[in-house]
Amino acid sequence: MSATRLKYFQTGSFAAGNRLVDPDQRSVQSDPGRANAITCGHRACQGCGEALGARYALDAAMRATGGDLIATNATGCLEVFSTPYPESSWQLPWIHSLFGNAAAVATGVAAALKAKGNTHTRVVGQGGDGGTVDIGFACLSGMFERGDDVLFICYDNEAYMNTGVQRSAATPPAAYTSTTQAVGDEPGATWGQGKSVPLIALAHEIPYVATATIADLRDLERKVQTAMEVRGARYIHVLVTCPLGWGAASADSIKLARLATETGIFPVWEGEHGDVVSVTKIRHQTPVEEYLKLQTRYRHLFLPARREDIIERIQARADRNIARFGLLEAADDDPLDLQVEAGS
Amino acid sequence: MFEQIEGSQAVARAVAACRPEVICAYPISPQTHIVEGLSRLVKSGRLAPCEFVNVESEYAAMSVAIGASATGARAYTATASQGLLYMTEALYNASGLGLPIVMTVANRAIGAPINIWNDHSDSMSQRDSGWIQLYVESNQEAVDVHLQAFRLAEALSLPVMVCMDGFILTHAVESVELPGQEQVDQFLPAFEPRQQLDPEHPLTIGAMVGPEAYTEVRYLAHYKQMQALDLIPEVAGLFEQRFGRSSGGFLRHYRSDDAGTIVVALGSVLGTIEDVVDELRDAGEHIGAVGIRTFRPWPADEVRAALAGAKRVIVLEKAFAIGIGGIVSQDVHGALAGLPISVHTAIAGLGGRPITKASLRQLLADARAGQLAPITFVDLNHALVDAEIQRMLSARRSGPHAENMLRDIGIVGAGPV
Repeated sequence: MSATRLKYFQTGSFAAGNRLVDPDQRSVQSDPGRANAITCGHRACQGCGEALGARYALDAAMRATGGDLIATNATGCLEVFSTPYPESSWQLPWIHSLFGNAAAVATGVAAALKAKGNTHTRVVGQGGDGGTVDIGFACLSGMFERGDDVLFICYDNEAYMNTGVQRSAATPPAAYTSTTQAVGDEPGATWGQGKSVPLIALAHEIPYVATATIADLRDLERKVQTAMEVRGARYIHVLVTCPLGWGAASADSIKLARLATETGIFPVWEGEHGDVVSVTKIRHQTPVEEYLKLQTRYRHLFLPARREDIIERIQARADRNIARFGLLEAADDDPLDLQVEAGS
Repeated sequence: MFEQIEGSQAVARAVAACRPEVICAYPISPQTHIVEGLSRLVKSGRLAPCEFVNVESEYAAMSVAIGASATGARAYTATASQGLLYMTEALYNASGLGLPIVMTVANRAIGAPINIWNDHSDSMSQRDSGWIQLYVESNQEAVDVHLQAFRLAEALSLPVMVCMDGFILTHAVESVELPGQEQVDQFLPAFEPRQQLDPEHPLTIGAMVGPEAYTEVRYLAHYKQMQALDLIPEVAGLFEQRFGRSSGGFLRHYRSDDAGTIVVALGSVLGTIEDVVDELRDAGEHIGAVGIRTFRPWPADEVRAALAGAKRVIVLEKAFAIGIGGIVSQDVHGALAGLPISVHTAIAGLGGRPITKASLRQLLADARAGQLAPITFVDLNHALVDAEIQRMLSARRSGPHAENMLRDIGIVGAGPV
């Protein structure tokens, strides 16, 4: 994997950090010549994490392929807000077919290109968590196991937001959705349900699997670039904030995604051929409560009475991620991490 | 060149001669031999360049075909029965997007009760899906109509379903004249897509369309099927000119010109019907048959012209619309509106039950005697049905119909059929 991992210890824009590195190492999004694959004017909500994630991911894929890219898209927010025809935000060839078949349509595109002897044009499939982990799962798994030359990107906002915030298999336990109401003894989404599609993708032993969030967009760009340097089935699962569905302030979208990683709730890692090969360490471990209390989907954990039992259970889940992926141990091959340890 | 060949293998050879670029396949009887034949051709390198994708479901098969067709590749798949139903959502999508995919449907019953044998319930369920539907009577016609299907699909930017009776045709070995590659290349021009996913010319395909234009987009799908009414006979005519035999088109007329009674049917059963027509003609009856080769678009004018001289029309259907009756019959009724012709529906051959000459002779005798009901279930075992109805009346927990009735019949093959 030749993409260079860069760390910017700052918040806000990438502009300052970019000035410190070679032009070809600078972030895609800071490049005035970027593709703007999903361009302005779309109808996403203020603070939409999916729009942000898709923009960074696709622009990175466009740069990696020199703009020689075709995208397929599952039904969902991304599809609806980007194509209020005759307007379309897509500056690349893009097809939406159905909710559950974006990965299979991408397979078809890749097969057609192969049959035509076109080895340069690349294919990206995209969907939300519903179109990926639920209704699109069979097509996704089929695409993985056949090793079709497709990068599939899931923008996971943890529920069916387009239809009005219903529970998906990516909805975390205890979260309110409009089909897991905050009522009864165990309010919110049921414990013991849900699945990790990144780990399932890894189990297919495909060449590349990664998770990412919109809190570390440079990392997302790098992972997309890495994925585009590989042939075969690849998968990137991006945690994207949904202010509407999560009941959070639009201004907190990035903060929430960062808290999801700093608490251990959403582990960020990369895998190759069935093995996890790198993880993004937690820099400032944060209790899950800091993450939960910013979202009204977890309000019932604090009001009318504090549900210490449930908060502890969520903390235990995060702690398990931290232990399982080694999210806290300092990486001895990463001097920047060591400096942070020393300086904190 | 004539060959003794299984119907499925003949279709595989015909499809291969059309140089498909992407074939996606999911096994389901009785279609499977077709894609097995194509797989062998692709894997051996004899059909190149072509990608053969073993998908995980029929839903994926049609979705892969959608992606491939939208990328400008000639795409083909085949299915039957449950598989066709499983890809229903994608079928509507392929036609809605105007993608010229060609698919063979090896007609088979749909469950429950699960049944692998032939009838037309599967493709009839998709009559409104926006696909052109062509039905074939023989394996020769199956071969010929597949060549025409690709030409029609690509000329119109509409998907085409070639419906051939499962087992009766797909598994029958008979003499078939297979077209030469050069002949096919001359008949079928290269695929020039109307829309293509191409980084040089970025397009958005599959946008949401609201009330402001949805009707118009749907109307255009209808308009293109109406265009097919012009194109189908044209392509069939060109085919006859190039290959020297008549196949495809709208209808097959069999001794129907002066017939007072005409039997209308689709697919392989026409062979049996034509034998009975011959027998009854020899006995002095004015009887004929009309085969429906194009069901969608519905060639209403041609059907009306073909049947206008009859007094009585019997539509023999291998499927029916539960709760009302015949499916094709309704369209025949519509085509004959205002004419003094009595139209009867005969439901026959469901789930592979043989349609025998004896059954047809009885049906036509009843018609001659003026005793034919508007709807007849040919060879229905009334005793078996009545026993189950009695069971339902006598106990609330009467159990599953299929299992009860099979128990009543006893071990299959142990007694008289």
